[in-house]
Amino acid sequence: MLSLTIREVSLALREGRISATELCRRCLNRIRRTQHLNAYISVTEELALRQAQEADSRLLQGAPKGPLDGIPFAVKDNFCTESVRTTCASRMLKDYTPPFNATVVQKLLDQGAVLMGKTNMDEFAMGAGSTDGAFGPVRNPWSYAAPYRDRTGADPDSDWVITGGSSGGSAAAVASLTSYLALGSDTGGSTRNPGALCGVVALKPSYGLVSRHGLIPLVNSMDVPGIITRSASDAAIVLGVLQGRDVRDSTTVPSPSSLTELPEDFDIKNICVGIPKEYHAPGLSQETLAQWSRVADMFERAGARVEQVSLPHTQHSIVCYHVLCHAEVASNMARFDGLQYGHRSEVDSSTEAMYASTRHEGFNDVVRGRILSGNYFLLKQNYQHYFVKAQQVRRLIADDFRHVFESGVDVLLTPTTLADASRYSDFMQEDNRTRSAQEDIFTQPVNMAGLPAVSVPTSLSSRGLPIGLQLIGPALQDRKLLSVTQWIEQRVGFPTISDHGDDSEGRGDTEVTKREHSSSV
Amino acid sequence: MIVFSLTSARQSLGVSLKLMRPSLRLRIRGHFCPESHVREATRPYSSHTHNPKVPKAATWEPVLEDQLPPPAKIPADLVDKLERLALVDFRTKQGLVCLERAIRFADQLHVVDTDGVEPMDSVLEDRVLYLRDDAVVEGDCAEELLQLPKSTVEEYFVAPPGNIPLPKREERTAMLKHSEL
Repeated sequence: MLSLTIREVSLALREGRISATELCRRCLNRIRRTQHLNAYISVTEELALRQAQEADSRLLQGAPKGPLDGIPFAVKDNFCTESVRTTCASRMLKDYTPPFNATVVQKLLDQGAVLMGKTNMDEFAMGAGSTDGAFGPVRNPWSYAAPYRDRTGADPDSDWVITGGSSGGSAAAVASLTSYLALGSDTGGSTRNPGALCGVVALKPSYGLVSRHGLIPLVNSMDVPGIITRSASDAAIVLGVLQGRDVRDSTTVPSPSSLTELPEDFDIKNICVGIPKEYHAPGLSQETLAQWSRVADMFERAGARVEQVSLPHTQHSIVCYHVLCHAEVASNMARFDGLQYGHRSEVDSSTEAMYASTRHEGFNDVVRGRILSGNYFLLKQNYQHYFVKAQQVRRLIADDFRHVFESGVDVLLTPTTLADASRYSDFMQEDNRTRSAQEDIFTQPVNMAGLPAVSVPTSLSSRGLPIGLQLIGPALQDRKLLSVTQWIEQRVGFPTISDHGDDSEGRGDTEVTKREHSSSV
Repeated sequence: MIVFSLTSARQSLGVSLKLMRPSLRLRIRGHFCPESHVREATRPYSSHTHNPKVPKAATWEPVLEDQLPPPAKIPADLVDKLERLALVDFRTKQGLVCLERAIRFADQLHVVDTDGVEPMDSVLEDRVLYLRDDAVVEGDCAEELLQLPKSTVEEYFVAPPGNIPLPKREERTAMLKHSEL
């Protein structure tokens, strides 16, 4: 039951095969049994059970609010949740309980979805591993699945692999079956990167399509809420609920369509797939390359037009992103001063001293580093040289995409990451900036241009870990993008982790191991 | 690829911990996946002919050091200025190294020709900003907001004495050392 998609479990709820309360209990149990993943910062057990009961009374009357009524979901801990603490995985907001819900959270609650908890992340979403947060790193659930253990002989307790980030808790929650959907945020790839490494569908919608009111800002000109699910069709359902103009976010745009169901009979023959050659970057793994080629073949064999295209400024995108990100971070983080909310230092000799010590105590090294370099790029003598220069390069990158889509390409197919997930111990050898530059290389260009992109898992690597590919579409063509994603998904046969302890608890361990072995693919 | 070795000590620890944890098994999703696809999905090495549209080798190389301008120097007074502006401290020497690396990375921007290119600050630049009626629709939530700060008096946020510049660098370091959490 726990490994179903939203569509499937929604039907089960309506047909009375399971109650929302029972479903919620199973997810809560599963959260307890997967605690070692450290996917959640807060678990909202009481609230969830109350919401589930309310959903049950609607379901019993045959009047559910919609496809999400009674469906357990998780939210990255940088979306404000009323009366539920919202930490951004930082000491700065460790005890912050917002008095309001982010628009996206409110929309899900209004549909009867059941909030299970707030998920772990890199502090203030700055990172690509979910390893740099105040609540410790998140472990990739695939570290504990049979393929990784069998193929590498690794011991998950010491050789566990990272989830990617910064929305690693959200991706781990969906992959480890504790929630059917999770909200992430995506500034440079923070939803798609962990989506790829955890083997789930991760959508970064078009900039402006989904409200950011209540999402604690990182880079205002690029931030979007992300959607993590187990299928493209589920992502479409959730996007249908979340999209649209919000009076509380002046950057939102009207939805182009009332997106609900994806077409089952999507004709791939009418699609032109672009392969941007610059996305074969130095360091791309052979296995990821093989998947890229395999899916390109799949399109060709099915009659789609596949063309190699060029996005000439791709290489410079990560550098441009680095400057713009740090500059906007420097200005955004100015709000955390200890006065109105969040952590406040005991130092009270002067206002300035209180500010400085609050921020010293509240931010980790990564956040402090980005604030300092952002301030450097914004200094009067550097402003043109770095900040404006980066904004110029940004236009070149956005223009590259525009030209390609104007030439008749419908979607671009690229890798999402260079390789499958790293072991934590290997990942921590490099500093955060170097790691982000490697991890975000294929994901951040679309944030520059505001385009929709989705990561879809296509295969397990020889280490038994997920590999994902990315599809990129023109602005506001999110629905078409998800239709192509579904087409791939239906043909690659990607395995999902399933829960053997779903139906009963305290099952004998021997049986568990046996079943696991017999069912490993 | 990384090759893992098993040590018996680690393994025995692993087993005992594993018993307490749910192990995970897999299932294949998708209505259109015949056996062959499933096998293919889990065998990425199965010999495929490479699709000629996908480049076989990397199409670009990282920017080299000799293509870049000379590295920026960060004099002590600039360090002080940045700390005052940013209201965060470098903490250690490592903090300064980090800044120098971040600047060096950013220097790669200068290999790109941007002559005559208009800077882009928003992807919505061509859209008309949505304007709502200029009327109060919400607010009056002072009470909720005043629950959040650590220090308030009546309806005011309380700040320590103002108009006092941040102490000099050495004193500042001492002050921050005392304020470690």
